[in-house]
Amino acid sequence: MTDKSRMHFDRRTILKATAATGAWLAAPALVRAQAPAIKVGILQPVTGALAQDGEYGRLGAEIALNEINAAGGIKSMGGARLEMVFGDARSTPEGGTQEVERMQGEGVAAIVGGFASPIVLAASQAASRYDLPYVCDVGVSDQIIGRGLKNTFRFGPGFGTVTSTAIENLVKLNDAAGKPAKTVVVVHEDGLFGSGMAKLLQAKLPERGFEILETIAHPTPSRDMSNVALRIRALTPDLVIPSSYYAEFVLLARTMQQQHIRPKGVYAILNGAASNFRFVKESAEAANLVMDCNHWADPRKPKTAEVRAKAEAGGRFWLYNTPLNYSCVRLLADAIERAGSTDRAKVTDALAASTFADHIMPYGPTKFVNGQNTGAAPVNTQVQNSDIKVIFPAEFADAKAVFPAV
Amino acid sequence: MKTAMTQATYWPILLVGAALALLPLVLTTNATLNFLTFAMIITLAAQGWNIIGGFGGQFSFGHAAFFGTGAYAMALLQVRFAINPWLALPLGTALGGCAGGIIGYLSFRARLRGSYFALVTLAFAEILRIVANAWGFTGAAAGVLVPLRLDPVQMQFNDRRIFYWLALLLVVIVLGASRAIMRSRFGAQLIAVRENEDAARALGVNTLVAKLSALIISAAITAAAGALYTQKFLYLDASLAYGSWISVDALLGAIIGGPGTVFGPLIGTIVLLGLGEVTKTLFAQLTGGALPGVDLVAFGVLLIICVAFAPRGVIGAVRGAVGARSATP
Amino acid sequence: MLKLDIFLSGLANGLLIGAVYALISLGLTLVYGVLHIINFAHGATLTAAMFAVLIAHSVFGIDPYLAILVLTPLFFGLGYAAQRFVISPASHGDDSNGLLVTLGLSIIIENALLAIFRSDTRSIDVAYAFSTVEIGNLFLSLPRMIAFAGAFAVSLALWLVLARTDTGKAIRAVAKEKAGATLAGIDVDHIYAVTFGLSAACLAIAACLLMPTFLVNPRIGNSFVLVAFTIVVLGGMGSIAGALIGGLFIGVVESLSGLYFGESLGQIGIFLIFILVLLLRPTGLFGARA
Repeated sequence: MTDKSRMHFDRRTILKATAATGAWLAAPALVRAQAPAIKVGILQPVTGALAQDGEYGRLGAEIALNEINAAGGIKSMGGARLEMVFGDARSTPEGGTQEVERMQGEGVAAIVGGFASPIVLAASQAASRYDLPYVCDVGVSDQIIGRGLKNTFRFGPGFGTVTSTAIENLVKLNDAAGKPAKTVVVVHEDGLFGSGMAKLLQAKLPERGFEILETIAHPTPSRDMSNVALRIRALTPDLVIPSSYYAEFVLLARTMQQQHIRPKGVYAILNGAASNFRFVKESAEAANLVMDCNHWADPRKPKTAEVRAKAEAGGRFWLYNTPLNYSCVRLLADAIERAGSTDRAKVTDALAASTFADHIMPYGPTKFVNGQNTGAAPVNTQVQNSDIKVIFPAEFADAKAVFPAV
Repeated sequence: MKTAMTQATYWPILLVGAALALLPLVLTTNATLNFLTFAMIITLAAQGWNIIGGFGGQFSFGHAAFFGTGAYAMALLQVRFAINPWLALPLGTALGGCAGGIIGYLSFRARLRGSYFALVTLAFAEILRIVANAWGFTGAAAGVLVPLRLDPVQMQFNDRRIFYWLALLLVVIVLGASRAIMRSRFGAQLIAVRENEDAARALGVNTLVAKLSALIISAAITAAAGALYTQKFLYLDASLAYGSWISVDALLGAIIGGPGTVFGPLIGTIVLLGLGEVTKTLFAQLTGGALPGVDLVAFGVLLIICVAFAPRGVIGAVRGAVGARSATP
Repeated sequence: MLKLDIFLSGLANGLLIGAVYALISLGLTLVYGVLHIINFAHGATLTAAMFAVLIAHSVFGIDPYLAILVLTPLFFGLGYAAQRFVISPASHGDDSNGLLVTLGLSIIIENALLAIFRSDTRSIDVAYAFSTVEIGNLFLSLPRMIAFAGAFAVSLALWLVLARTDTGKAIRAVAKEKAGATLAGIDVDHIYAVTFGLSAACLAIAACLLMPTFLVNPRIGNSFVLVAFTIVVLGGMGSIAGALIGGLFIGVVESLSGLYFGESLGQIGIFLIFILVLLLRPTGLFGARA
């Protein structure tokens, strides 16, 4: 039984695992069961600081693999099943690299995942040494693409795209409401994506007619956001633009609620909580009318609801990592299907030429240029009536924006 | 082996070094090689810690300060000043030593000891981390990316074994240096300071100079480890360079192996990292990542068991088992 | 320059968060003062206590403040057992081994919580979570004010235990002179375990007071560890007053330097002050001479 998604504690598996560990310690690649399974490396940080994102990413990959296998596997290779070789990146680049080496040793056809930019940078580079195709799921750093690595593909948007889309949509939103917002306070986490975001905003927002009153950086983790709320209250901006991880934004939103701070709008970008159903459920009042510009599944596709149902069946919530990784694995499977083999050069070429459209992200057909999927873009969401609705772009929207929020 | 470890010769070091060097020719998986390379980098950091923590008895919780300095030096000298990595490595090592000198002078001059010294080093490391994350020169939050150039002149090798051998070479050199320190007067002074600082001072040892010298050497060695880290992963940010993870790993590796011994950091690091890899791989086979955290629980349990059954480190346990004298050398 | 009312708000915020820091540091300083080990499992124990509050509220419907009555003895017992049956036997009386064992415990606790509860960050919903007390034009969070009072109450209670009860006197005896205490007939192992239990009990109370305005995930306690260590050393290891005053002090320093220099860079304020104090007073504000 080689389905890795279930826990087995029967003796055979334990013996096999022990033998496998022994083999790892002493010898080259393991010899697996005889079925012509195609191994797919799934790399996610499921322990450590990024465990939540890793968990939901892994879930998406697992759903996709099970679905593909249930539908008959890779038909051009005789119905070969896809087998997950899972690697815990332990939320560090060295952890990710070690898992890439292990997956390479096990003969995977490609690797999907990574989540965090430092992990993706290191892991995709390690994979490139073997010409092993690497599909990055989230990792928004613009440095990931453009290192000249032919094996690296990013299905989702980089933060350059996300930020410019976010600014465009903000301008549209503001114009449509009669330009109620002029002054802005930017709150960002002081790591890679938050700081990069803030820099781009500082450069672009004034050009579009907004005035940035202040840019407030905060560490992750932050034990208290009271002072950030205090400064927002003192500045009374029309708009707050927060770009933080989950806990810090929840703390900020709740503190703002408690301090009766109500700007005309909270317009988050790549925020860890603003389009997160748990946040909406647990902090209903603080979450109400918060907007986000983030990765999100395409609400129009019927498959999205199916995948969502599978993901939530286990008491989990619906996070963007799940549909994004689901789509990445489907993309890879399609490439293997078209390549008709697991030869790395062929799979890489198939990925590069991909026009895959049967995914559940709002991207349209895939088109990779230098490894970046050029159709990838974020969408704008807003929390309305304890639900998360898409408000921009119009073709995916299922609700109208409520702005200003007063 | 029984007498080799207690005899003050360098043969055991050369033998161990040769054995480790031959390993990649026997174990051919890249996963193992990658693991060993990383283990050598951490071993080097632990060896650095051992000089001040093991020999000198001054526990530092902030060796990340030196690791990160070496790492950033290696990255920035290449990226901003186009200096060749073979030159950047010794420069980074020296810079780390300077950091050790500054931190050591301030701390030891103020007579900080024990946990107070430990926490001060931690505070320095944290300050460096926060500054590095905010300062444009160090790349701020975006970090520093060292371009991929597979060229031996740029210290990036097509054959991964070469980098492993490079790291191993540094480890062996420091093994030799540790042995030399142990046999020297300086080493005796350090041990005297460790056992009873006031008595040592009464006996005429200049404890400030002894501790300061030890910290400078310690910092330089750990900085070299940081430089190697940069060169292996080619990407660095403030949390990787100055994060508490490396302070903990360096400390753990040295203590588990046996603090104040020559081979302690090497053995301890391999045991520590090895246990982590084994539990991770075992549980990945069993659960396919469906139950994250279980492998680390197993690791924690094994760690406690390790300490319970080898309270003087692995080397202490081996000595005890073999019946040799268990007094510190 | 900041306006006065912002400065006062920052001061107030600093005191409120400082009280939380103090609560968390009390147990740590006690353990160090008596057992002379640095308890690396402190953060994980706080996390476990916060999960306990979560369960008490979401499964049993117990309000966090009421949960104090249940969780304090529970965690006292857990702390006692951990020291008596795990830490002490495994470390064979060696301080650096104690460090390793508590580190191992922290890995176990954090990852067991991860395996059981998964990695999601959760909060509890209590009616008074957003209640405020208006002082001047400051809106002060009511649960935070309660926690502030709680810090003083717990410090006082702890001080009373140490000063007035027989067990407390035994603890102080062991802290001062272990060999002498043994000769006087005190069961040192028991006292060590009691101290550890008290430390865990303080964390349970801290968790109950913190949860209404905070969040919980398997790593949440880690974010307080560094600050707690800093406060314990700053205040003087083993000093209750040091932990309380040190906590408030660090809270204010963090808050004001965050306002002046930005929340990220301002974190330096804590460590700079810490280093400066130690360079001037190497045993901390209230610590005994080394």
